[in-house]
Amino acid sequence: MPPLTRWFIRTSFVYFFLALLLGVLLGAQAVWDFSLPASAIDPSYFHLLAGGWITMLIIGVVFWMFPKYALDRPRRSLSLGWASYILLNVGLLLRIISEPANAVIGTPASIWAILLVLAAGLQWLGGMAFVINSWGRVKEK
Amino acid sequence: MPRLSAWFVRTSLIYLAIGFTLGAFLLANKGLRLYPQAWTLLPAHIEMLLMGWFVQLAIGVAFWILPRLSGAQPRGNERLTRFAFWLINIGIGMVVIDAFVSAPGLLLAARLVELVGVLVFILVAWKRVKSFSSK
Repeated sequence: MPPLTRWFIRTSFVYFFLALLLGVLLGAQAVWDFSLPASAIDPSYFHLLAGGWITMLIIGVVFWMFPKYALDRPRRSLSLGWASYILLNVGLLLRIISEPANAVIGTPASIWAILLVLAAGLQWLGGMAFVINSWGRVKEK
Repeated sequence: MPRLSAWFVRTSLIYLAIGFTLGAFLLANKGLRLYPQAWTLLPAHIEMLLMGWFVQLAIGVAFWILPRLSGAQPRGNERLTRFAFWLINIGIGMVVIDAFVSAPGLLLAARLVELVGVLVFILVAWKRVKSFSSK
């Protein structure tokens, strides 16, 4: 498999572990009688699973196994592929840090709010980079 | 990939793009707190990414790569699978519309349409879950 696919799949495994670790933390609340703010932690849990684990695993496999774009550029643009990897990951990590902080101590003008907006923009760009790079590889035969 | 897989996969990419756009708007709004009513879009965001993106990509790839049957229709009944494509997408569209205009019973109808669509896909794909060497 190509290097970018390896990066996507290994990274997806890390997010898988982190998501389940967060799940354990959420489950531990009842046992040790502490409470995490649900609005701060639940979205991180869902997005580590859906955006980190499943989506990155899919993107890695799509980049690897979808029909070739052209003989000289079988996976279309390597730059767009790497751009999607970097943008999605920086965006997701920024989100995981800034979303709980924003829920607990953020205000509309705080640094956490600005980072959250940045996280939204980076993830969106990463998603679009993937869609654009993959679109031309969906070929009928 | 076969034409029907291309339909499913292209549609899933469109839903990914729209679902990500809604998600980015919701996340940015969480920081900026400009539109409190933006949260009504959350069910549409979830539907587009779970059913629109994940489910349709999986169905499209399954229709493409599952072992083929011997006979005239190696990928099973294509007409029925096309019917499943339309049912699933009509269902997704109805769930998304329900997020904007709350109509009594619309969500239930949408889920029923999706259920039938998924059932049709399962019934057609069932026989293709086999060893590559078996008939």
